Amino acid sequence: MKRIMLGNEAFARGAWEAGVSVVSSYPGTPSTEVTEALAKCGDEIHVEWSPNEKVGVEVAFGAGLGGARALSTMKHVGLNVAADPFYTAAYNGVNGGLVLLVADDNGCHSSQNEQDSRFHGRSAGVPVLEPADPQECKDFMITAYELSEKYDTIVLMRSGTRISHSRGIVEEGEREEREIIPYEKNFTKYVSMPAMARKLHIAQEKRLAQIASDAGKITAGGLPVNRVEMNDPKTGIVTSGICYQYVKEALPEASVFKMGITNPMPMADIAAFASKVEKLYVIEEGLPFFEEQIRAAGIPVHGGKDMFTIQGEYSANMIRKAFGKSLPQTALDENADIAAAPGRPPLLCAGCPHKGLFYVLSKLKTTVMGDIGCYTLAALPPTNAIDTCLCMGGSIGMEHGFEKATGSSSNLVAVLGDSTFLHSGITGLLNMVYNGAKGTVIILDNRITGMTGHQQNPGSGKNAKGEAAPAVNFEELVRALGVEHITVIDPFEVKELEEVVRRETERRELSVIITRRPCVMITKQTDTPNTITDRCRECGQCMKIGCPAIEMKDGRPFIMQASCVGCGLCRRVCPFDAIEAVKEGR
Amino acid sequence: MKKNILIVGVGGQGTLLASVLLGNLALDKGFDVKLSEVHGMSQRGGDVVTHVRISDDRVFSPLIEKGEADIIIAFEKLEAYRWLPFLAEGGVMYVNEQQIMPMPVTLGQVDYPEEADELIAKTAGRLISFDARAIAEEAGSGKAVNVVLLGAASRDLPFSEDEWMKVIESNVKPKFVELNKVAFARGAKA
Repeated sequence: MKRIMLGNEAFARGAWEAGVSVVSSYPGTPSTEVTEALAKCGDEIHVEWSPNEKVGVEVAFGAGLGGARALSTMKHVGLNVAADPFYTAAYNGVNGGLVLLVADDNGCHSSQNEQDSRFHGRSAGVPVLEPADPQECKDFMITAYELSEKYDTIVLMRSGTRISHSRGIVEEGEREEREIIPYEKNFTKYVSMPAMARKLHIAQEKRLAQIASDAGKITAGGLPVNRVEMNDPKTGIVTSGICYQYVKEALPEASVFKMGITNPMPMADIAAFASKVEKLYVIEEGLPFFEEQIRAAGIPVHGGKDMFTIQGEYSANMIRKAFGKSLPQTALDENADIAAAPGRPPLLCAGCPHKGLFYVLSKLKTTVMGDIGCYTLAALPPTNAIDTCLCMGGSIGMEHGFEKATGSSSNLVAVLGDSTFLHSGITGLLNMVYNGAKGTVIILDNRITGMTGHQQNPGSGKNAKGEAAPAVNFEELVRALGVEHITVIDPFEVKELEEVVRRETERRELSVIITRRPCVMITKQTDTPNTITDRCRECGQCMKIGCPAIEMKDGRPFIMQASCVGCGLCRRVCPFDAIEAVKEGR
Repeated sequence: MKKNILIVGVGGQGTLLASVLLGNLALDKGFDVKLSEVHGMSQRGGDVVTHVRISDDRVFSPLIEKGEADIIIAFEKLEAYRWLPFLAEGGVMYVNEQQIMPMPVTLGQVDYPEEADELIAKTAGRLISFDARAIAEEAGSGKAVNVVLLGAASRDLPFSEDEWMKVIESNVKPKFVELNKVAFARGAKA
């Protein structure tokens, strides 16, 4: 049966059809829906959210060792976290097939950088597959497991925003039920001591060379993963993934070498293609991964990164321009001088528990080491409360270093979410305890992993399948690390919270504040909406919480009833008691 | 037959369901179809766009380029203005007259473009502009704006009302099917 599937759903379908039975991942845009889709399958697959990507890869590696086909999915920066097990497991090889799916984010739609995961694949010495549409997402996944077991290697499935988050038609197949492959003790293969590792590295080089020479014979869904589409020999394009689609739109007459396996590169096949075309071009988003290797192999490249940027996403129009093609005729006069549409920066939701905290931190002009999550949005107006955003859990280490440099922890905090704290914050806090920190760490406990679309975490009380699970006790955890001063508070109690933040940041001893209130998207709060009465003196305090339900109309704040969830934060910050719940409700 | 439909709005307005209905209908009728959408950060009240490309030939890119949109369905007026450069010469625009002010405008940091209405009218090959939310509310829920707009735009799409009703039945939660059918029918007359 044919269905329209999101690229990520197609990856999940491929893993399911390949008989995968263990999945362990940490969510991250644009990869999240793969594991989410698998969590909806039945008992034939064990699916879990791990606390971070490193644990996820270790679990998947262990599952492969135990003889199952296993999967771990992550975003590009997640692979950095998992790089430690990944690079060594790449030597060890597998028992049951093991695929790591990594989704890059060219254009930084929802990320802090644009790193290119192909380099991780090459550097670790594993094959990299790059599908170009949802059907290939499914087919390549099945091929990835075959390659993994045939060549005894981890396979890196590289996706990206436009592959993971595009939809297309996918032909569904049946699931291949697989027996668990018996585990055999083999310390020379699985114990990475120096003497073994040296030999494993040599074996790895041999299998990569074998894969490179077999590349032309590898198929997915009955088609070769690398294929030549010979057209006009004047222009030959080497490309892969989403760029293939842009090339086909912009240069339908060109000859194309479409790579599906991009590490190791099929250099002999590329050389053969190059010899048949007049001018060879390389079109790849990101860094010149293909181009540098092709040039290093002595194959002349007529155009590559001298024609195209290393930054952001490509498009069919970008390729048309670069090749001097005419662009589609726009309805709008291209030379018209029109005002830019005002941007619509994303906002914390109406009723978001984080708003209370950032209203207070903004008021106190606190220096805030921020972290990764919805709350990073508090860096934007009107709160402008966050000073930094580096990486998962990074706020804590940064706060500690900042304090050691300036000698002061006064009005300085680190803020991070519950999921981020469990991901990579615990060790940072342990370091603060151990090394005599005096700062304050605020854990925003909204009981869920919010930014990526509400995945469960070890603090949620539910597992990936929505079943009841133990919930970590943050107070006990923090106390066990050695923190003495711990305050738990509802972030909407803004007056009390302000006092707590003042008190703790002036304490000159390490402290933790846990702001606890569930994410409004999971409570789906719909209390009676609020309205602004005649008592309003237009002081603007309610505008400082940055609520998307409050607008200015003719110099006066106005609450949009349809957007207001009735959380009452605006009532709490209004100095004139001018906001009240509407009498009749909705 | 080749149609590029750009569905634009503000996070939370239901643009995605509209594109899923359209995409599934195209699949049922034997067309090739690709869609591209926005997840994550951009959903938090930011502007959202879904590209829908339908063809009786093969569709390669999931993205519509500037000047390639045959139809723009705008759930919000400022978004109609923002995406004007994507409209193909002679392209059609369906615009919900609802306005959702961006935070920088609310805070007085940026002006709302005064010429928006005029430029939309001048640029569109054909403009169908109406209060889709009012129609959705009449049909039973303001949340059905997406299906009202789809109903309106259906006159430029190669599917019968019957086929639309069927795709609504098979893609919408049972308790909302009737509401969506009514909303679609009212939109088709807007």
